Amino acid sequence: MNNEAVNIENLQFAYRDQPRQLFSDLNLQIEKGESFGIFGPNGAGKTTLMSIMTGLIEYTGGSVKLLGQEVKTKKKYFNKRFGFVPQDFSFYQELTPKENLEFFGSWAGLNTSTINKRIDELLDVLGLNDVRNKQVQKFSGGMKRRVNLAISVIHHPEVLFLDEPTVGVDVQTRFAIIDYLKNLNAAGMTLIYTSHQLHEAESLCRKIAMIDEGKIIVHDSLENLLSKHQQDGLEGLFLSLTGKSYRD
Amino acid sequence: MFKLYATILKDLRILLRDKVGLTLMFLMPVVLAIVITIVQNSTFEMVNNNKMALLLCNRDTGEAAKQLESAIEKVGMFNVTKIPPGEDEKQISERMGSKDALVAIIIPATFSSELSARTKDIAARALKDVTIDTTYAAPTTSGQIGPITLYYHPVLQASFRQSIQGALKSTLQIVESRQVVRNLYQNLNEEQIPDTLENEIITNQVPITEIPVSRDGSRSIPNASQHNIPAWTVFAMFFVVISLGGSVVREKLSGSFLRLKTLPTNYLVALISKQLTYIVVTFFQALVIFSIGILIFPKLGLPKLNLPADIGGLIIVTLMCGWCAASYAICVGVITKTQEQANGLGAVSIVLLAAIGGILVPSFAMPSSFKYIMQLSPLHWCLEAYYGLFLEGGKLKDILINILPLLFITLVIQAITLIALKRKNLI
Repeated sequence: MNNEAVNIENLQFAYRDQPRQLFSDLNLQIEKGESFGIFGPNGAGKTTLMSIMTGLIEYTGGSVKLLGQEVKTKKKYFNKRFGFVPQDFSFYQELTPKENLEFFGSWAGLNTSTINKRIDELLDVLGLNDVRNKQVQKFSGGMKRRVNLAISVIHHPEVLFLDEPTVGVDVQTRFAIIDYLKNLNAAGMTLIYTSHQLHEAESLCRKIAMIDEGKIIVHDSLENLLSKHQQDGLEGLFLSLTGKSYRD
Repeated sequence: MFKLYATILKDLRILLRDKVGLTLMFLMPVVLAIVITIVQNSTFEMVNNNKMALLLCNRDTGEAAKQLESAIEKVGMFNVTKIPPGEDEKQISERMGSKDALVAIIIPATFSSELSARTKDIAARALKDVTIDTTYAAPTTSGQIGPITLYYHPVLQASFRQSIQGALKSTLQIVESRQVVRNLYQNLNEEQIPDTLENEIITNQVPITEIPVSRDGSRSIPNASQHNIPAWTVFAMFFVVISLGGSVVREKLSGSFLRLKTLPTNYLVALISKQLTYIVVTFFQALVIFSIGILIFPKLGLPKLNLPADIGGLIIVTLMCGWCAASYAICVGVITKTQEQANGLGAVSIVLLAAIGGILVPSFAMPSSFKYIMQLSPLHWCLEAYYGLFLEGGKLKDILINILPLLFITLVIQAITLIALKRKNLI
């Protein structure tokens, strides 16, 4: 039985308006049930790689398989097997959390009774029960982040992609979100995560890949990498591998 | 179906919470319909119901000038104010400003004498041929009459000036004919023409009966409301481009669109939902505007809107117009990149399509080159379909010739939308 959540082989990709290839023969494997972190400086290609894995961007060459299915040729219904937490707030600000979950739940292919059950569970566990009927546009940044996350997991996906899920939130919300993600992972959900919050990444990810200028420069368990590069934290490892110069 | 239902519910919730958008969509057309109908109705009344203020300066003391003065008062188109004969051009223009008169007529001092000489000459020449009168002498004057001066306010449009000139020429014709008849009678009978005979000769005109052509044989005369309400309803329906086009762009730019793309549902569901939602919105717009035409217009002193006999046809035309308007708005939202672009392109294009479609200017008044261009405007076909029902008393089968081009344009717009979505990798 195939145990790979993601299998990328010889990935080729270039943006239309850029002459240079962003990815050239990139290879990456992520196992099911893993809590996997992808890190790198700004412009390294983290978000692009996540967009390719979720099918938002079409790649030009190589193979990208998600749960054994080639992403380029997968049918739309296959999308119910994964979830995506985009960096931006990806919901309707005019609606309440309940209404957003009702709508996105239906688009994820759930029926009414499952949606209602999941809404109660998610709003409760993410501390949004008291504001379930208030318009999201009046929420704080932390509450919006939790709504963003709740929508992404309403259909209980096998793989969850998270693109900087805690950016701009306070410490309490960050801890709550990371705790919730750990619970999801413990229940068997594969997490593929990218962030600049390296301290939180240390507590969440067991395996990581560092990406720079479109290439994977290291890919191993966090423990092995720290030991191999004689670092005591992810931040030190990051700087030792990518340098201290600006990358904007 | 559940996905579609949930999407429609989402669209309705967002729409109902957009108070400004709703106000624009429902209040704007109602205000437009009322204002334009009041303006057109008062214009109609001004021309036809003796409402236009006119200053009359009669510098002649002769009989013909008095007759002309009296005839102008009887035209029924003017509210006549007589001013002293000694006033010059500057004083008259000042009076026009202060009295809000749009028109002033000056009868020159020589009008009666010149008219008398001319009519006597005409009568003499006519009798010379009949009686072989050898005493006929060449006219002592040139036979020309000095002009009657017509001052008008610059705001007065050419069409009004032509109406006034027509009325003035008609009254002059009556005065001149009266003089000719009197002279002829005098010369033939050597006595004055009896008043009754003179009146019979001059005023017994052949009546004109106006009958509106209708498909259902009804003879009801279309009023300003019958013209305006369908036109501004169509305009309002297409103006949903501001709300719907903007909503498509907002969705495209916001993260929610990104999420929709990663979910196991085709974006076409969202487009179908938006179309259905806004067809309902445009239907309600029409319902509100028609109701106001029926219930409120008479209370404002405006003519009541009479609904066509074929209500089924009216519903189908309204739904078709709404579908085309919603399709157009979505297309604008898909091909534009920002909300500013969508609002700008949407508003300007609708005004242009309304102009070439016969909403701002009647299609019969357009230059011949525009008669082909106007067929490209969906608003033209919407309006023609409504006019077929409201003005011509037609039934659905009579206006299929308008509905089919509208359907074709709608399908072309849908195709453009799908191609744009494909090219932008949105579906």
